[in-house]
Amino acid sequence: MTGTFALLRLALRRDRILLPAWILGLAAMVSISVSATKDLYPTEALRIGASSAINATAALVGLYGRIYDPTSIGALSLIKMTAFGAALVAIVFVFVVVRHTRTEEESGRLELLSAGVVGRSAPLAAGLLAGIGGSAALGLLTALGLVGVGLPISGSIAFGLSWMLSGAVFSAIAAVAAQVTTSHRSAVGISVAVIGLSYVLRAVGDLAANGPSFLSWLSPIGWSQQLRPFAGNRWVVVALPLLLTGLLIPLAFALRARRDLGAGLIPDRPGPDRGVLGSTRALAWRVQRSTVIAWLVGCMALGGILGSAAHNVTGLLVSPQMQKYIQLLGGTQGLIKAFLAAEIAIMASVIAAFAISATLRLRSDEVSGYSELLLATSTSRIRLAMNGFAIAVFGSAAVLLGTGIAIGLANGLASGDPIGQIGALLAAAAVQVPAIWVMASITLALFGWVPRATNAAWATLVAFVVVGEFGPLWKLPQWVLDLSPFAHSPRLPGGSVSAVPLIWLTAVAVALAAVGLLGWTRRDLQP
Amino acid sequence: MNNVVELSGVTKRFGRVTALAGLDLMISAGEVHAFLGPNGSGKTTTLRLILGLLRADSGRLSVLDLDPWTDSTELHRRLAYVPGDVALWPNLSGGEAIDLLARLRGGLDNKRRDELITRFELDPTKKGRSYSKGNRQKVALISALASDVELYLLDEPTSGLDPLMEAAFRECVNELRARGRTVLLSSHILSEAEALCDRVSIIRSGVVVESGTMVELRHLTRTTVNARLARTPAELDTLPGIHSLQVTLQGVSAQVDDTAMDAFISKIAEFGVLALESHPPTLEDLFLRHYSTDTA
Ligand SMILES: Nc1ncnc2c1ncn2[C@@H]1O[C@H](COP(=O)(O)OP(=O)(O)O)[C@@H](O)[C@H]1O
Ligand SMILES: [Mg+2]
Repeated sequence: MTGTFALLRLALRRDRILLPAWILGLAAMVSISVSATKDLYPTEALRIGASSAINATAALVGLYGRIYDPTSIGALSLIKMTAFGAALVAIVFVFVVVRHTRTEEESGRLELLSAGVVGRSAPLAAGLLAGIGGSAALGLLTALGLVGVGLPISGSIAFGLSWMLSGAVFSAIAAVAAQVTTSHRSAVGISVAVIGLSYVLRAVGDLAANGPSFLSWLSPIGWSQQLRPFAGNRWVVVALPLLLTGLLIPLAFALRARRDLGAGLIPDRPGPDRGVLGSTRALAWRVQRSTVIAWLVGCMALGGILGSAAHNVTGLLVSPQMQKYIQLLGGTQGLIKAFLAAEIAIMASVIAAFAISATLRLRSDEVSGYSELLLATSTSRIRLAMNGFAIAVFGSAAVLLGTGIAIGLANGLASGDPIGQIGALLAAAAVQVPAIWVMASITLALFGWVPRATNAAWATLVAFVVVGEFGPLWKLPQWVLDLSPFAHSPRLPGGSVSAVPLIWLTAVAVALAAVGLLGWTRRDLQP
Repeated sequence: MNNVVELSGVTKRFGRVTALAGLDLMISAGEVHAFLGPNGSGKTTTLRLILGLLRADSGRLSVLDLDPWTDSTELHRRLAYVPGDVALWPNLSGGEAIDLLARLRGGLDNKRRDELITRFELDPTKKGRSYSKGNRQKVALISALASDVELYLLDEPTSGLDPLMEAAFRECVNELRARGRTVLLSSHILSEAEALCDRVSIIRSGVVVESGTMVELRHLTRTTVNARLARTPAELDTLPGIHSLQVTLQGVSAQVDDTAMDAFISKIAEFGVLALESHPPTLEDLFLRHYSTDTA
């Protein structure tokens, strides 16, 4: 472990802007939400009304979880921050840990360092310290912020802990994933898949008739909720994430001890001595196909779980008043449709991440030098970029349509109308596709004109999702909300659909893509 | 077509760094041309401009009578390039990468490919991520050499090769020369250029400071002469064109301009030459001269 602290210092130096920005941003989001909610629901009666409405709406329980104390201003104002926030925290620290472990190893930079006085396990230890230390800093800052806006101290500590432990558990999961795989992409992919699974498990658990069911207890994100900050503060739940982290960290070190630098656990098998690849299109598919298939399978599985939970949503309607209220909104059928529409919409923003990362390959290929090799052959710049972009465009559409089919099939099997439901959900998925294309095209435009800032595409996605979730609460002006392509996607099933926004979104996507390609053909290669 | 590569007055800036400051480079058809310069002098930048991967700020560029920026696709069918730092796809085997690159260039001679793989002792079944730097370079080199093109651009091709492989590489370059192909190879290894190349251009801080055949460049430099003499020589320091003169009891050693050689030899002959040793300048000497005069 010699050298751990030197490496940690290096990691913190490299992240000196990004990590504090994330931590401050997330902590600020929490305090701002609480302040906004306080103004919105000043009396207990108003809070109980709002909380009961949320607890009775399956779409909201599925996405965010339940409110366990309807009178509590903390529980009500942080409903969107508990599970959703814990998942966001998890994603941030997965990136942090993988970035300082597998990414470094893959790039060969770690080889340079390992030749110095750096122990074999030091990089892993430094990566974990950065992840868990960052989570602790985030938890502390968040708790302080909550106390600062006037919430009870014990609940604030519980909420800070719930975030910190989500960061810690997923740091440890990322550390294990980084030992098992040889590429940082797969390490991030595995970890994010675990986050997705945890999220969906708790969604289904929370939706169960007398929920939460045991499924919520299988999920680290479920644990963050079941700590119940501002709604009883069940401190014993802390033991679960601590235990899992305590098991995973030694596992990561044991795996590290068993392998060579740069290697995964499964040794490389020899490949063919002759190649059949004859075009950059075939190459693009070859390089990205396993990612596309993994996304398709993963999202279809999540969709299947969500779809099978849809018919449960009526179980949430306990009180007669609620039942009446729901009848007014279109009955239980309307409720189920609203739930499905919300799930498809959230899957669309998740799949936008795939579209962005597939487009970002163009930039990482340029940096690693693959593009230099390929562009020195008779491959033109346009063709090279189009082949990579096509994977993002068609891949994301395929993944989203597949997810729609899976949701429709699962819901249809439960309700006895598989064909009808598949058709309905396929349409619901299809109308979300243009918004995803806009995200891919934004990435391509950045790549064409400001290649060194292509990663800003992630920031735009996060901004659009956050604005979509919290914009109305924060009373942002309508034009800000309208910036997000997702704000213009029709909500199906249940809503009405007009072709106008779809045509507009597609036109914007095409225009941005064309602008991006133009920039790419006119600029220097910038490795 | 006479000149395969013609660059004149080419400048290229990266932000505040001036990588090329008015570079001229002429390479005629069928020659093996060495492009010599220390690290950071602008060799890679020049090659990327020749390929149209970068756009020049000013100057004229013509490669195989095409403009590399506007006609790059057409141009690339007629050349092969090996970058200085080769990146291979981690989960493609070496053989797959060789075939892919050659096909994208326009064609693959399978027989020649197999022969090159044997010659460079490459295991083509290994995955890209498990090759060393030298082996990655071999993959790109084999793919380039397996394509029959007019111009080969090689950026520090031997920097990762061991001596045995370097010999194989030289053999390949000599074959290209025999087939009338044009080769531009960059290097900071002087002996390599000396052994391989017909003409040399020396680049320093983005400007070509010297260009010519090895013979022409030698005119610019001094031959080192060591002589063992019967008597201690005198009056040698009055001769023009003599440098680093060292006179000992046994003899003399000096660096002599080519124009002063005749006078120098006649003079030391007066002191009874017992043994005479002289060697032509190496590129090291050329280098030392060009890169020390300005700093001194
Ligand atoms: N993409 C780039 N951005 C900024 N500076 C660069 C870039 N590429 C090269 N340079 C600079 O240009 C100069 C010449 O570099 P290069 O052509 O790579 O030299 P060589 O290949 O002879 O070692 C160096 O000072 C290098 O730092
Ligand atoms: Mg170079």
